[in-house]
Amino acid sequence: MTTETAIKAENLSLTFQTNDGPVHALKDVSLDINKGDFVSFIGPSGCGKTTFLRCMADLEQPTGGSIMVNGVSAREARKSRAYGYVFQHAGLYPWRTIGRNVRLPLEIMGYPKAEQDARIKKVLELVDLAGFEKKFPWQLSGGMQQRASIARALAFDADILLMDEPFGALDEIVRDHLNEQLLKLWAKTQKTIAFVTHSIPEAVYLSTKIVVMSPRPGRISDVIENPLPADRPLDIRDTQAFLDVAHRVREGLRAGHSYD
Amino acid sequence: MWRTGCAKGCARGIPMTKTALSVLTVLASIVVIWYLAVAPMNIRVALDQAERTGAAIDPPSAVERRNISVWTLMAQNREHIADGYSLERPRLPTPAQVGQELWRTTGEMVLKGRTWSKRSLIYHGWITLQSTFWGFLLGTTIGIVGAIAIVQSRVIEMSVMPWAIISQAIPIVALAPMIIVLSSQVGIEGRGFPKALISSYLCFFPVLVGMVKGLRSPTAEQLDLLKTYSASGVQRFMKLRVPASLPYLFTSLKIGIAAALVGAIVGELPTGAISGLGARILIGDQFGTPLAIWAALFAAAILAGVLVTVIDRAQQMLLRRMGMRS
Repeated sequence: MTTETAIKAENLSLTFQTNDGPVHALKDVSLDINKGDFVSFIGPSGCGKTTFLRCMADLEQPTGGSIMVNGVSAREARKSRAYGYVFQHAGLYPWRTIGRNVRLPLEIMGYPKAEQDARIKKVLELVDLAGFEKKFPWQLSGGMQQRASIARALAFDADILLMDEPFGALDEIVRDHLNEQLLKLWAKTQKTIAFVTHSIPEAVYLSTKIVVMSPRPGRISDVIENPLPADRPLDIRDTQAFLDVAHRVREGLRAGHSYD
Repeated sequence: MWRTGCAKGCARGIPMTKTALSVLTVLASIVVIWYLAVAPMNIRVALDQAERTGAAIDPPSAVERRNISVWTLMAQNREHIADGYSLERPRLPTPAQVGQELWRTTGEMVLKGRTWSKRSLIYHGWITLQSTFWGFLLGTTIGIVGAIAIVQSRVIEMSVMPWAIISQAIPIVALAPMIIVLSSQVGIEGRGFPKALISSYLCFFPVLVGMVKGLRSPTAEQLDLLKTYSASGVQRFMKLRVPASLPYLFTSLKIGIAAALVGAIVGELPTGAISGLGARILIGDQFGTPLAIWAALFAAAILAGVLVTVIDRAQQMLLRRMGMRS
């Protein structure tokens, strides 16, 4: 694992002007994400974790500080298609088959037809959806749809994957399964992953680094380097080491939560 | 949004016999009410006719009957009620009479080899259909182009949308003669163009409104996705807005084609036209032949039904290919 920085935020702030006065979604957030890291963002609603992710993706414009992605501004990074983004809802286009949904970014980015076909085949195998190319989204379960949306984000050569609560709407059994698959995928593809979640076990199970955030104003309250080994079977969640990390995350969440 | 089209699919889930039964029940009720209405509607004419043949009527003269309600007349002349069902020029013809007149002016004409005779509703229907088609084409084009412009530009929306709405508040019957006069002023001969223009005037609005809604139907997430790909405006339009708008477009087209037909018929009323369903209605009125009016009305209704069904089928075919549940 190199120590090159993939994403660098410095004193990042974002204030929304609302009718009820300014809302500080993010305030003075600084963070380095190294290339190849799997970083989870966890915190209660309104802590700015999704906003932070959207700033990385240039879907929101920060009102203060700076954010660099792959050494350039978030905007330039978006223009050079540096990342794939997985939304909370699979967001597949209902009029396109699974194959054509995965083809969408490739069409837009102008890949030659033969290469599009090859890439679709490859990523659908990667997410275990080979043979579903001609199905329409509604013919697939929620978990399969989300896997298809991950395939769509992996189809082009972005070395960063931004995931906004991708498994939040799925039941726990499906979620466990997808977590396991995602870790394998990460090991195989060597991508840098930023992952927003509400779930402590999910954050601890997946990440090399856990960023605990707290609301009003949205800020980072703890950054935990995960000591768990890279090879993680699902039952690692019953080990003491796992529970210790989970405990620290919970402490961080409690400390950061202001009840004033 | 996309799956609301299920309404169609769900309807198909109901057994055919049950659907047919409910349709037939409504149809039967209409026919029954219609037949019942024929008696009071035609009693005066029936009594006038009976009077001429020398029958005893109470009261005996038309002048005396004028101020007596139809109910009283029916009660006092029960034996003449039935006459109302077989008049040559009824106020309200029976469904059977309308059916006969329709057959006389369509099927029978074809059998006699006079399909394109001036007395054939197929000929008149074809004239109206042509105007409807051109009006529909023009109206749909205006509606779609307008919707695209409105969705692309806030300024255009603010400057065009109010006029589009006001345009629909002006009664088309008031506007139609002006369109005809003005188009003849600029040297356009014949009624084809002004009729198509009047037709398109009614047709463009539902298409415009439906398409604006359809083109705006993509969710913020669907739009954000394209932004993460750094997609161009044209790509966003072609790959997201257009396909997302298609279910809305077809719903609008179904309303639009019916409106275009109404527009074409209205366009035939004030023009002194002698051909077209609108002209048949007007001529039937002027010559006191209600049967001709009713037959033309039914021909128009059947034509509208056929046109809407054609678009509905096209919609189902296209949406099924686009993966919508059916």
